[in-house]
Amino acid sequence: MNHVDGNALAGQLSDLFAFDLTTAVGRCINCGTSGMLGAAMVYQAAPGTVARCPHCGAVLATIVESDDRIWLSLAGLTAIEVPKPA
Amino acid sequence: MSFITRGFSGRNRERDPRLPPGQTKVEDWPVLSAGPTPKIDTADWSFTVTTETGAQTHWSWDELRALGIEDITTDIHCVTHWSKLEMPWRGVPIDKILAGIPTKAKYVMAHSYGGYTTNVPLDELLNGQAWVAFEAEGAPLDPEHGGPARLLVPHLYFWKSAKWVNGLTLMDGNDPGFWEQAGYNLHGDPWKEERYW
Amino acid sequence: MSAPPAEPVEPPAAQRTAWRVGTVVEARPETSSARRLVIDVPDWPGNDAGQHLDVRLTAPDGYQAQRSYSIASSGTGTRIELAVDELPDGEVSPFLVEDVMVGDKLELHGPLGGYFIWMPQADTHDPRPVQLIAGGSGVVPFLAMVRAHAEAADPTPFRLLYAVRQPDDVFYRQELTQLAANGLQLDFVYSRTAPRDWPVPAGRITKDALAGFAIPASEKPRVFICGSTGFVELVAGWLIELGHAASDIRTERFGGK
Repeated sequence: MNHVDGNALAGQLSDLFAFDLTTAVGRCINCGTSGMLGAAMVYQAAPGTVARCPHCGAVLATIVESDDRIWLSLAGLTAIEVPKPA
Repeated sequence: MSFITRGFSGRNRERDPRLPPGQTKVEDWPVLSAGPTPKIDTADWSFTVTTETGAQTHWSWDELRALGIEDITTDIHCVTHWSKLEMPWRGVPIDKILAGIPTKAKYVMAHSYGGYTTNVPLDELLNGQAWVAFEAEGAPLDPEHGGPARLLVPHLYFWKSAKWVNGLTLMDGNDPGFWEQAGYNLHGDPWKEERYW
Repeated sequence: MSAPPAEPVEPPAAQRTAWRVGTVVEARPETSSARRLVIDVPDWPGNDAGQHLDVRLTAPDGYQAQRSYSIASSGTGTRIELAVDELPDGEVSPFLVEDVMVGDKLELHGPLGGYFIWMPQADTHDPRPVQLIAGGSGVVPFLAMVRAHAEAADPTPFRLLYAVRQPDDVFYRQELTQLAANGLQLDFVYSRTAPRDWPVPAGRITKDALAGFAIPASEKPRVFICGSTGFVELVAGWLIELGHAASDIRTERFGGK
């Protein structure tokens, strides 16, 4: 199945965060590679959205949406870094 | 939701009384995947049952198929709202795979090549409710549809029919698999619309 | 008493993202399968070049379909431009290309995405040249970038390699040709049918062609690639082989082969 890039996450996540998650830097809990989430491999044709590490393929984040709720997991990232608003 | 787009009616979506609530019948077979498609040669394929005590039984491709393949015609229901009715499948019943394996466990985690997991109560895999399937619609399963073999548990939402299945682990607790951890229902009965947490 | 601030403070980019309703003010064919739409969004906060938005369609029975489209325009102003290519079995694109009429209202979610954007050198202080590589309708975000580049009279060397199947599939040909006359380095690769008198026969892009048309790795360009997944992966792979650093390449795939 083909994947798209992490900037495809921008729409789903903009409702949840006050900052652009696609330019946030995260570290993969599996291989330790860090990079912007915009560079993640994103699988959208699924019961949910899955973002995978472009280096090792491990799952970084999942997003599941129903009509009235969103479930977000960032469990594949050790932490994310965002610049503070000026 | 009060905004309606002038002139938009969506794709032609069929209604059918055999559909569980919230489902639409489709004629094609959508491919959904959470990651890259594993490519497994049947010469390298194996299936493992691990009991709650760690005891393992392995089958090669030929050994598993030798347990006895049967024809199944069934409806399948995806949590993303599409259903296919009267689909022909061929596979080995889980009853035959688990026959003779002593266990006190109540639950099963299905494992797949590529790392996917999903949990199912053991009694819902027995008594003619589940198979390891090799063929669908008269042809061997395409890798993108879970080939060479996938789990088939049609009475639950189809995310439970793990693609690229390579084993079952018997467990005492109902541990959540991949989508169950991510927001989907532990059980997944389409007739009760058990979609999410 | 301290002086008042000279300008109002801008909210962070993501806080400007919202669901808004726009009105289609222009709709005209771009190619035989694509259409250019200009949409007036009264409360549009402006967008960076390369950003996208989601269009959501709602049927009377509540059924919804939603897809992302790159914005061909950038900057402030309430008019935004999309160029939509119709996918044969698409859910949203056939509606936007064939059914939408001037005067119709559309629900839009955006502007989205800070990863695949270009900002003028005056803001980034990055003097490195920029290489844009487009596969088919993947040229749309680059339209926004080359327009912004021209409007800012930005000194950054800009090069666009545009791969299409045949000459009639080119989006914004007139505008691109004009920009090419004013400093944009523009190259086409035709995969199925080339124009008459084209120096090379039509054919899928090759690594050699890419090496010939792209800014060399030695100049460390920032590279943006947009197109189908197959196209992007092919080109990105070759660029790495040609010596470009993966961190200098940003990609926007829109699925498909």
